[in-house]
Amino acid sequence: MKSSKPKFALFKRKYLCIPYGLFLVMFIIIPILIIVYYAFTDDNGMPSINALVGFFTNWSKVNVLITSVFIALQTTLLCLLIGYPLAYFLADKKVNKNAVLITLFVAPMWINFVLRTGATRDLLTWMGINGGNMPYLATLIGMVQNYLPFVILPLYTTMLKLDKSQIEAAADLGANPFQVFYKSILPQSVPGIVSACTMTFMPTMSSYVISDTLSEGKITLFGNYIYLDFANNLWHDGSFMALIMLVIIGISMFLTREKGGAEQKGGKSW
Amino acid sequence: MAKENCIISLQGVSKVFDGTTVVDNISLDITKGEFVTILGPSGCGKTTTLRMIAGFEMPTEGTILLNGEDITSIPPYKRPVNTVFQRYALFPYLDVYDNVAFGLKLKKIPQVVKDKNGNPVLDKDGKEKIKMVHLSKKEIDNKVMKALRTIDLEELADRDISTLSGGQQQRVAIARAIVNEPEILLLDEPLGALDLKMRKEMQLELKDMHKKLGITFIYVTHDQEEALTMSDTIVVMKSGEIQQIGTPLDIYNEPVNAFVADFIGESNIYNATMTGNKKVRFLNHVFDCVDDFPVNEKVDVVIRPEDVILTKVSEVKAENLTGKIVTKVFKGVHYEYLVMVGKAEVEVRDTKDREVGDLVKIDVEPMNIQIMKKELTRNIYPTAWINNKNQVILGEDGDPFECDVTQLLKGSSLDEEGFLISQDGKKYDLNDADVTAEIGLDAIEIIDGYDNGDTNGDIVNIVYKGDHYQVMVRTDDEEDFILDTLYTWNEGDQVSVKVAKENIKLTLKGEINKYEIK
Amino acid sequence: MVKKIFGQAYIWLILLLMYLPILVLIAFSFTTSTNVGVWNGFSFELYPALFKNKEVMVALANTLIIAVSAAVVSTILGTLGAVGAFYSGKKFRKGYEFVNQIPVVNAEIVMALSLAIMFAALPSVIFKADLRCYWTLLIGHVVLGAPFVFISVKPKLQQMDPSLYEAAIDLGAKPHQALWKVTLPEILPGVFSGFLLAITLSLDDFIISQFTTGPGLLSAGDPKIVTLSILVQDKIKKGPIPPVLRALTTIIFILVVLGVIGVSIYRSYQAKHIKKKVRV
Repeated sequence: MKSSKPKFALFKRKYLCIPYGLFLVMFIIIPILIIVYYAFTDDNGMPSINALVGFFTNWSKVNVLITSVFIALQTTLLCLLIGYPLAYFLADKKVNKNAVLITLFVAPMWINFVLRTGATRDLLTWMGINGGNMPYLATLIGMVQNYLPFVILPLYTTMLKLDKSQIEAAADLGANPFQVFYKSILPQSVPGIVSACTMTFMPTMSSYVISDTLSEGKITLFGNYIYLDFANNLWHDGSFMALIMLVIIGISMFLTREKGGAEQKGGKSW
Repeated sequence: MAKENCIISLQGVSKVFDGTTVVDNISLDITKGEFVTILGPSGCGKTTTLRMIAGFEMPTEGTILLNGEDITSIPPYKRPVNTVFQRYALFPYLDVYDNVAFGLKLKKIPQVVKDKNGNPVLDKDGKEKIKMVHLSKKEIDNKVMKALRTIDLEELADRDISTLSGGQQQRVAIARAIVNEPEILLLDEPLGALDLKMRKEMQLELKDMHKKLGITFIYVTHDQEEALTMSDTIVVMKSGEIQQIGTPLDIYNEPVNAFVADFIGESNIYNATMTGNKKVRFLNHVFDCVDDFPVNEKVDVVIRPEDVILTKVSEVKAENLTGKIVTKVFKGVHYEYLVMVGKAEVEVRDTKDREVGDLVKIDVEPMNIQIMKKELTRNIYPTAWINNKNQVILGEDGDPFECDVTQLLKGSSLDEEGFLISQDGKKYDLNDADVTAEIGLDAIEIIDGYDNGDTNGDIVNIVYKGDHYQVMVRTDDEEDFILDTLYTWNEGDQVSVKVAKENIKLTLKGEINKYEIK
Repeated sequence: MVKKIFGQAYIWLILLLMYLPILVLIAFSFTTSTNVGVWNGFSFELYPALFKNKEVMVALANTLIIAVSAAVVSTILGTLGAVGAFYSGKKFRKGYEFVNQIPVVNAEIVMALSLAIMFAALPSVIFKADLRCYWTLLIGHVVLGAPFVFISVKPKLQQMDPSLYEAAIDLGAKPHQALWKVTLPEILPGVFSGFLLAITLSLDDFIISQFTTGPGLLSAGDPKIVTLSILVQDKIKKGPIPPVLRALTTIIFILVVLGVIGVSIYRSYQAKHIKKKVRV
């Protein structure tokens, strides 16, 4: 903006964003740039595509990526199947008058995540489903158990906003319950489904604690590999895989940018 | 220089927000003790002007003087000016008393430091030592209660703000401002949120308060009636510029242009042409007038409804302007008639009882024909640019319009990739090219509702021009479209704006060679 | 009617399944067996044992110190950031909000890895060597919490009447006084819920902690600061959850339940209070 006068010394509120702005640059942007740097350099700091070549020629790594996507898809789908009717019932005043009940579904988050995972493992072991005999099932149960709250919350919020008169109108016009669901309730709840999916899919793919604990190390997910590479000082390979995750997240954010968004709150990845 | 007795003086003040000029080089002197109203439609820059006086905005250009001193760069908390905000802006977690006391509790006044015996303490130079101190609880209490008494709300001192009615909140907002004894009280559409009855009451009360307090009031409103009732001086603004400054009477009787005429009171406004010395032609009829304009100049003519003289006639004669009464409304003292002359309407106020269907001769005294220079014949967008799809964006940002970029270069055409190809085969990339765009008033189409055209906007202004309306549409990006239409729209209507490709005239800024790809 | 019974049954069934592992741990916190599923007599022994277990107590203290300090820093940074960004230009604000959103949508392991690599690359002189892992852990947890503080404060700023701040300035308040006396009370609920969110995320976190806890991962030695997550992960890798942690789970669970009850009582009180206000 052109100004013929000196700006007055009045403090401006926008200056308040400087400390956090610096923090964001130092601890979010720069670290990501460092990852990009490590992904495309070698130990001597020279530009290199070793990590890229190494990743795509290492069949086991690509395989892990595919397995991770597959498990993440299954978890997301199972969470939706269980969470969708649950959210519907919770939001229905005729079924549930108690708004505090929703808090109970979120409350496990206050009990430590690792402790919770351990508890699930111990219980499953007691029941005979352990990493030794059924690693895949145990992992899936652990995942669903952990990520269910993240599906319920956004779905519940969308269900509360359902247009009741539209549903009644559909029923009134002679639609059977299935048609009412298919034509009215489902389309209206799409935003909630989208944000529930983004909140479950990515964290499931990248988590390694659940699969490590529940499959007793028999199932390796993408997150495990990143962690192992890092723990073994293979920073370039680890960075490259982290970059792949970053790209997948970027793509999924781009695809869902219109519909999700509002219900991001609480979507953490373990 | 500022006049004597002038408390506040704006000198060549402009304000530009992100490239949009909101206030455009205005100069204004306000006399001490006056009740001044800044009047104009929404978006005319009146509130910005007020905010610059309060100190919330810094002028981009120009100076503001208070009692002759430059206060342009003094922050609001140091100015002896207080504001009553549009939506009150009362602090919701404080009660009435604490809201009013807010400013007083922050205030510090100089006080002579005294020792135990009550003698002034002297500093090294032998002068009395001065210390800045807060007002005492008792002083604050006295002032707050006095202010509450002024607005008749003493008994509500300990009430929560949320329990007050709109009118009561309004009074608290006023008390909160005047308790600080400002030299100027700024009021930003303070009555906008009240119902009609309450508003009328508060108008009188404000006028009364102005008299009692004896300080300068600067009042901002879009309500012409409010302005006429309360003010000593009215400043009419439009598009960031002052149109006219004057007493309510001046402004009503001698509007300087069609905008002011239409904005203040009822009026008939026509497109007219000067046909000779002090002769003007409108409604297909030549009238005598007193204003002197060059022959063949296009002008606007304003005639107040009460200045139209009707005479009943039995037949249409060529030398008379004759019309037919189509509606009649009794208004107590007078009747309001609508007379149709061909397709044009004439609004008339007359005390005589006439019948609908009567043929009438229309006369106007030459001195009652107010002739004004015509304002605008087409929309001009000097900061337009071409995007990568060969569409034109009219402002800094905004929705793109399809346009014909081949007009920028004679005989050129577009290839499949969208590059401009000249006759002799040169290739140009017009992405980001700066252009001036022009659109005629009749080339813009508006459609009800958003998302039906190239861009969306709200109607901010309508002027009736006898046989058509001149409508101003403003988009979210603060782009204005002025257009002629035959249809009736309302202010605030949400519309889509559509312009046919061939109706956008583009002129390139600078040489086309700049955009050549080699 | 059928729908009601079926719906309620479904809700409670899922709730039971979700809480089952924890409830089992709680049940077995009253017996001293090493494995869940083996009951060798009722006893309270685990509880005194828990408080005498130095390892667990230190981890618990570390966790709480990190959680509280990270939440405080997150709240201050996030709130200042939200206020500052809100009053900045549109383009700057969009960019700022975008960067703030990165850690929210990013996989935690990517954030953790990038931070760890940066800390490892930074010379240790930047932070005093013996406190280094505290600082790295703290930064990691602020990365976790501050964006959520930002997100919870933002809507409060949007709801706030923009004239309030100006009114205060107009009445003679200096900008810092206006922010403190007018803006802060208005956005306080958002600040508070942001603080709670930051604490929750920090208490619950494992990956960021593991990557940023310092020399443990970066240079083969033992981690200097062991949080509860790290301790538990270390234990459950080798075997079942140690018995004393069953007692700890019970205590945390009771606190959580009390918290939920407290919140619901507060909410119903608030609802009544508002109704009363309207009636006046």
